[in-house]
Amino acid sequence: MIAEIGLAALWLAAALAALQLVAGALAVRGGAGSEIAALIRPAAVVQGALASVSFVMLLWVFAVTDLSVKLVAANSHSMKPMVFKLAGAWGNHEGSMLLWVTVMALAGGLIALVERRLPERTMHATLAAQGFVGLGFYAFLLLSSNPFERLALPAAEGMGLNPLLQDIGLAFHPPTLYFGYVGLSIAFSFAVGALITRQVTPEFARAMRPWVLGAWVFLTLGITAGSYWAYYELGWGGWWFWDPVENASLMPWLAATALLHSAGVLAARDALRAWTIMLGVVAFSMSMMGTFLVRSGILTSVHAFAVDPERGTFILALLALYIGGALLLFALRAGTISEGERFSVTSREGALVFNNVMLSAILAIVLMGTLYPLLTEAFDTRVSVGPPYFNPVGAIFVVPMLIVMAVGPLLRWRRDSFERIGREAALVAAIILAALVLVSIIGDVAILPLLSLALAAALAVGSLLPLKGRNLRLLPIATWGMVIAHFGIAVALFGMASERAFSKERLAAVMPGEAAQVGPWTVTLEAVEPVAGPNWTAIEGRMSARYRDGDPTTIAPQARSFWTPPQETTESALITRWNGQLYAVMGDQAAGGRWQVRLWWKPFVTFIWYGGMLVALGGVLALIGRVLSDLKRRSVTRRIAERKAETP
Amino acid sequence: MKRLILMIAALVSCFSMSVSAQDTMPPAPYAYRQLDDPALEAKAQDLMETLRCLKCQSQSIADSDAPMAGDMRHQVRLRIAAGESPDAIRGWLMERYGDYVSYKPEISASTWPLFAVPMILVLLAGVILLRRLRNST
Repeated sequence: MIAEIGLAALWLAAALAALQLVAGALAVRGGAGSEIAALIRPAAVVQGALASVSFVMLLWVFAVTDLSVKLVAANSHSMKPMVFKLAGAWGNHEGSMLLWVTVMALAGGLIALVERRLPERTMHATLAAQGFVGLGFYAFLLLSSNPFERLALPAAEGMGLNPLLQDIGLAFHPPTLYFGYVGLSIAFSFAVGALITRQVTPEFARAMRPWVLGAWVFLTLGITAGSYWAYYELGWGGWWFWDPVENASLMPWLAATALLHSAGVLAARDALRAWTIMLGVVAFSMSMMGTFLVRSGILTSVHAFAVDPERGTFILALLALYIGGALLLFALRAGTISEGERFSVTSREGALVFNNVMLSAILAIVLMGTLYPLLTEAFDTRVSVGPPYFNPVGAIFVVPMLIVMAVGPLLRWRRDSFERIGREAALVAAIILAALVLVSIIGDVAILPLLSLALAAALAVGSLLPLKGRNLRLLPIATWGMVIAHFGIAVALFGMASERAFSKERLAAVMPGEAAQVGPWTVTLEAVEPVAGPNWTAIEGRMSARYRDGDPTTIAPQARSFWTPPQETTESALITRWNGQLYAVMGDQAAGGRWQVRLWWKPFVTFIWYGGMLVALGGVLALIGRVLSDLKRRSVTRRIAERKAETP
Repeated sequence: MKRLILMIAALVSCFSMSVSAQDTMPPAPYAYRQLDDPALEAKAQDLMETLRCLKCQSQSIADSDAPMAGDMRHQVRLRIAAGESPDAIRGWLMERYGDYVSYKPEISASTWPLFAVPMILVLLAGVILLRRLRNST
């Protein structure tokens, strides 16, 4: 019964999305039938409520482990802890797509409730676009991925969830990315709505900006957490592999970063109208592209995709429909959208445009490097595109971007001169040169980490320069957000470069009682013991690690063997100091009673994730600042209107 | 989910391989042992980071537990120690496993667009920025 309620709610939500689309289209066309416009906002709200009901029903069948539901039988188990039963609801294809449409419907309901700034006609077009996008995903769920499908005979017991997925971090990583993707779908709908009514105004940018900022914060957090997970779970200390699945989350982030800044220009200066719309379309395209790459199975093998293409084809069709449609609309309308306010090259807009172009180029390279191997594989030529391609080719655009980023915020809007910021620019240049010389003296560092260290130092100082001479207590919250986010990029970059340049690796085969050196650490293997967990056994190495002459710390990395399904994992052990991490992994037994241990000393590696968190914090502050000032602006406008009404 | 499921799938494939391989053979000596000469080891490390683990998803042989990656590390270290040049070793591996094994991009009939596109992008970006410059002044 519960599953049927969920399915019925899903169908009704789909019907309301259709209503939203049709009513919106009629209202935008105007003329006869435009009374129907009154239905649009309520339809969006009810759609959000119904989708939520559907998702709650899915949680319910997972909570009670209703084994007559196919999805539960395939992904859950009656003996699992409750938190993993619930997380199991979205830890699979169907459930995660339902989560996606639920969040999207809720976001649509929210803009229908609160967004009153835009002209009503643009709102109708926006909600119609939102209904149109939703409809495609409802169709995908209901026609090819029904999460509530029943089994003819209930299963006796569930198949369980992959033990590696039973990790609290993993349970909440995917929703984080989904919130990001869905936020960009709202930005997309706003862009399409504004295109349809040709109302590309600063108000449009202000309405869209909180959604872009929110999406960007979630994507930042998702990427940061995913990178840390790969780092400690894969057992070799790598934190970014340029894996297509990682790129699938990086590409929307790059597009959202560009969109965020160009929406800022549009909101503040009424410039970059067409470019902002274009980025709105691109950002959501990248979200869809990510979904397609991951959900279609095309990454495992192009040929496997060709054999069972139902789901992949569906997403590809949606991708073509939305993106193609939006680009066509853009092509038809772009000519009629005026360019907006002019500005000089040496202005804040100029710097932002420059970095927007750089970000777009980086995005194009990541997209190219991700899709190209799939393309050639279709023609039976397999090529590998990895770090040796992405790092240097990406750097061509990242380096100028970072330099401009260090001084850009100092420029004034509209028109400025380099002479006015000459001293600050000279300071940034001096830091770059000094750091280059200093690091070259310290050690033999490869060119990319060397450049990155210098740029990180310059950007760290440059990002704080906008605070100079300002009353810090009166500084707008959003400005704090920008400063912190830019500083976070410098921190993360420093961590990445330091890890590349100064990491020490030691692979050793040691007897219990023997010690191995890695960088400033002395690690002694005290004992090797078997330990057992609920569904695994492990070899645990008890080690005492000593930093220079300090006190020893005990760590216990494990090599685990799971039973069902049989697989081995390494549980690395980490010691975090302010200046880096010791990373220890227990290996197999070697000849003569020795044990293989893998040790790394990674100076300042943690700065990568601290930086990521700072960037997200900056985004949150910017979001709070923007929303607060919008609320203030609104109440001021209302008071003026009231006063006018009082004095006739 | 996405990336995790795939990475896990890749992991599982790596690890399940290692379970079966362990039953039959111990790993080759230099799979998990560094060369004594730090300069040679650094050379080997640089090379290993640009060679693909053929059993994994998007991992180099320098960071994989798959036994095949271990064997390849062993081969790379032995050959580096014997004085072979990294390019020669890469060439030997590419002969055995195809271009797929190398992450180092080389311009060929099948990879030129990878390099042409960024160059077109640089030009395009230059043109856009120049046009802006001319428009505004």
